[in-house]
Amino acid sequence: MPKDSGIGAASKRREDVRFLTGRGVYTDDLKIQAQAHAVMVRSAVAHGRIVSVDTSAAAAMPGVLAVFTGEDFKDVGGNPAGWLIKSRNGEPMREPKRPVLAHGKVRHVGDAYAAVVAETYQQARDAAQQLADDTVIEELPAIIDMKAAAADASNRVHDEIPDNICFDWGWIEDNRAAVDAVFAKAPHVTTLELVNNRLVPNAMEPRASIGEYFPGTGDYKLTTTSQNPHLTRLLVAAFVMGIPENKLTVVAPDVGGGFGSKIYHYGEEALVLAAAKKLGRAVRWTAERSESFLSDAHGRDHVTKIELACEKDGTFLAFRTETYANVGAYLSNFSTATPTFLHGTLMAGPYKVPHVYVNVKTIFTNTAPVDAYRGAGRPEATFSLERVIDKMCRELSLDPFEVRRKNFITTDMFPYTTPVGLAYDTGDYHATLDKVIQIADVSGFEMRRQASASKGKLRGMGLSTWIEACGIAPSHLVGVLGSRVGLYDAATVRVNATGNISVMVGAHSHGQGHETVFPQIVAERLGVPESAVEIVHGDTSKIPFGMGSYGSRSLAVCGVAMNKAIDKIVAKGRKIAAHMLEASEDDITFADGKFSVAGTDKAKTFGEIAFSAYVPHNYPLETLEPGLEETAFYDPANFTYPAGAYICEVEVDADTGKVDVVAFHCADDFGNIMNPMIVEGQVHGGVGQGIGQALLENTSYDENGQLLTGSFMDYAMPRADDVPFYNVDYSCQTPCTHNPLGVKGCGEAGAIGSPPAVVNAVIDALHRGGITHVDHINMPVSPGRVWQAING
Amino acid sequence: MHNFEFVKPASVAEAVKALSAGGAQALSGGQTLMPTMKQRLAAPDVLVSLTGIAEMQGVSGRAGASVTIGAATTHATVAREAAAFYPALAALAGGIGDPAVRNRGTIGGSLANNDPAACYPSAVLASGATIVTNAREIAADDYFQGLFSTALDEGEIITKVVFPIPQKAAYVKFNQPASRFALTGVFVAKFADGVRVAVTGASNDGVFRWTEAEAALSADFRPEAVAGLTADAGAMIGDLHGTPEYRAALVRVLTGRAVAAA
Repeated sequence: MPKDSGIGAASKRREDVRFLTGRGVYTDDLKIQAQAHAVMVRSAVAHGRIVSVDTSAAAAMPGVLAVFTGEDFKDVGGNPAGWLIKSRNGEPMREPKRPVLAHGKVRHVGDAYAAVVAETYQQARDAAQQLADDTVIEELPAIIDMKAAAADASNRVHDEIPDNICFDWGWIEDNRAAVDAVFAKAPHVTTLELVNNRLVPNAMEPRASIGEYFPGTGDYKLTTTSQNPHLTRLLVAAFVMGIPENKLTVVAPDVGGGFGSKIYHYGEEALVLAAAKKLGRAVRWTAERSESFLSDAHGRDHVTKIELACEKDGTFLAFRTETYANVGAYLSNFSTATPTFLHGTLMAGPYKVPHVYVNVKTIFTNTAPVDAYRGAGRPEATFSLERVIDKMCRELSLDPFEVRRKNFITTDMFPYTTPVGLAYDTGDYHATLDKVIQIADVSGFEMRRQASASKGKLRGMGLSTWIEACGIAPSHLVGVLGSRVGLYDAATVRVNATGNISVMVGAHSHGQGHETVFPQIVAERLGVPESAVEIVHGDTSKIPFGMGSYGSRSLAVCGVAMNKAIDKIVAKGRKIAAHMLEASEDDITFADGKFSVAGTDKAKTFGEIAFSAYVPHNYPLETLEPGLEETAFYDPANFTYPAGAYICEVEVDADTGKVDVVAFHCADDFGNIMNPMIVEGQVHGGVGQGIGQALLENTSYDENGQLLTGSFMDYAMPRADDVPFYNVDYSCQTPCTHNPLGVKGCGEAGAIGSPPAVVNAVIDALHRGGITHVDHINMPVSPGRVWQAING
Repeated sequence: MHNFEFVKPASVAEAVKALSAGGAQALSGGQTLMPTMKQRLAAPDVLVSLTGIAEMQGVSGRAGASVTIGAATTHATVAREAAAFYPALAALAGGIGDPAVRNRGTIGGSLANNDPAACYPSAVLASGATIVTNAREIAADDYFQGLFSTALDEGEIITKVVFPIPQKAAYVKFNQPASRFALTGVFVAKFADGVRVAVTGASNDGVFRWTEAEAALSADFRPEAVAGLTADAGAMIGDLHGTPEYRAALVRVLTGRAVAAA
């Protein structure tokens, strides 16, 4: 019988009550006395030299309080990249300074080169327009196409980087010769060139920031749309503004979605703080939707050639890839890690392939910066692999299910070290494949295909088997790989005198449901009702420390830190109970919210112990501090490795090219499940975004660097009627072996596993319909592209 | 958005007078004008709302003959109230945008704007409707003059649209994936004296009549009659969402489907 509370219960999301009734408090909802409004002045050209910025007219306009240009920030630090990647030749990556406001040059449409602060938003906008009119920018040829950029030393995004290449990375470079040798004598090689399309994150809440400065103490406060307030504090304080960390508080209140785009520090955050100090007033900025399109960090944007070497029976011998990864105009904080250690290390998939070599060239272009977006590198790896495997199966007339089975790492092989540097701790890839075949009723496909055919539709089925590394990350390992930060997390469990509990967590919830799930764990462990536990997050002045939420890490890292803090609470509770019950600590057991003396009926409830800790009249004060509050940091021993198998069925209207996803089945292994309802919701959301990438979302810059898809009129987001009812199964569970909760993470799974399943299904539909000349269509597989592929 | 004056006249005469002022701009449902103003791409000094004029509201008709729609009637109202007279027209109105759009946007606003991907122009042109303004009556064939361009004079207000009711008709729209405007939409109307076929969304010149299909369907009103025809890709739009050849193919496919649905 399902539990109704605690670990594994489908507890309803308590935060949804306020979100669905309009009572959430987002950054833009906060009104601060005497606040002023900032508007950014953004470049209308993709690439240009700033000749002059005449601020005099704008500064004299009604209500204008201050005008800032790149000149004002030219001496402050740059916003750094969080990972130092080295090229194949050992040279460190090229790392141009990313300024608060563009100085000297503008490098993409939407690059902010000035800002106006005024009494009202409309006054600031009027003055921003004036300032734009009074700015002279000498337009330079835009650098958009990655391969052209790398081949042309005469036109440079950053003047000091001649070939526009940030780095040329080989993984693992020492394996290259061996991989090439395998390819040279392989019985069969399948080659596929593909594009992993650039995506605009489009969180429902646009970015927003409020800066405050308190002259009496010299303290700063930044309220901002962030997935990780402590990291933002570190970046703003130590790298950009030179404010002592203890003089800056960063608050990320309710945040309406991030998907990665709100991990990073953006210039607007520094701007509002600097303006607040200069003016002695709160200064606020909220992006318009069109600014979000132009200036949020985008995702994906890889151009890849992948080769698969195999035996004629489909046994994998080697994978080899060459990828051009777009980083846009500047390095965003995770932008160098995403196409490398979050991508290349996954290029073995769930397969026992002996040889893999990955080459990634990251290129600067005159486009918005590109960084991690739901899945971050792992969707790119999975798409490349699962598409080339699908093509190989067709070339060799092999069954795609059997080819996966033949190549899966088997349960007796764990721990399994891949040729790309990861050590998978556990998994059962046959189990999830068998499960998805069952729930998708694969044996009934032919009947469904005929039913579709009778309506004039081509039906196809696509398979994808995926793995990811999440729960990022072991600090010692990422340190070796170039990370400039650690990736542990922290939590404080504060038991109040009256027995209710506040838990301060470093993870940040911006849709995930932490406020519900974390109390389920506390309730289970301490034997208290979930409603007695409150989660506090998103405020550096309240929480101990934290590296935030991304990479499906909240539960697997911060949740485990919280679990460790609970261990400490229980340990202290046993000491208190031993004193109160006049027993030896060794004889005290804790279960169901009671500390008991083993073998007797003597017991104290958790609430009695908590009260005693704060009212220590009968308490071992000589050996034990009063109070019941514990903090723990947790640094994971390894990544976690969720995996699964997805089947997508589509109907294709060959006359119009329209693809309808008519069924989508997921069999995932997320290890232990804390709340099945939230897991299902995460998978639904991830698959929805994956279907969006596969069929709809197209970020297109023209040759001049203008964003052609800069609004929802041209950028297609998935709507409810674009996606089917999902069939989600998570009953295959191999618990993570290195964290005590046995959890792996589920936030990115859907976005990783679904795009290749969709595209494989479309190609399958065309082939079954006799359209056999189409072996690949680049995403988004839009009606126009499908029609063109059929008729081209 | 810049500041502006707002007036809401109660009669066509008052509206015409208000629109004669410098910098005045007619506002109906605002589904194009408001976003344009929010982006500061338009900055009228005076907005003259046409939604408070009783004679520009509502649907009336004579079964089998004609249906008359006040220019400030919303799409939602047309979808509801024109269904008894002209089901294909009502269905078209019910498929524009989403409920919020349909409860603000108006037929007159759509026709005055003449967006090349709007739905209504195809119905007006295929039906051979009459655009009635404060000054005159304009035949559909004379009204549409290219992208965002019409026969309307400065300050002229559409007051109503009169649709002859065909024997059979249907509108089939293929959505642009993002905006869900018509990537291509085809309205087919069969009258006693022949068939009219109007295409929206596809052409660089805006809505147009596909005369080859009209001739073929006037002789033989079956989908097969157009299966062998080829729409001219030369004048079609090519953009992110499809090539001219793709749109030309959609014109043929959707025309056949509209005939089947009529």
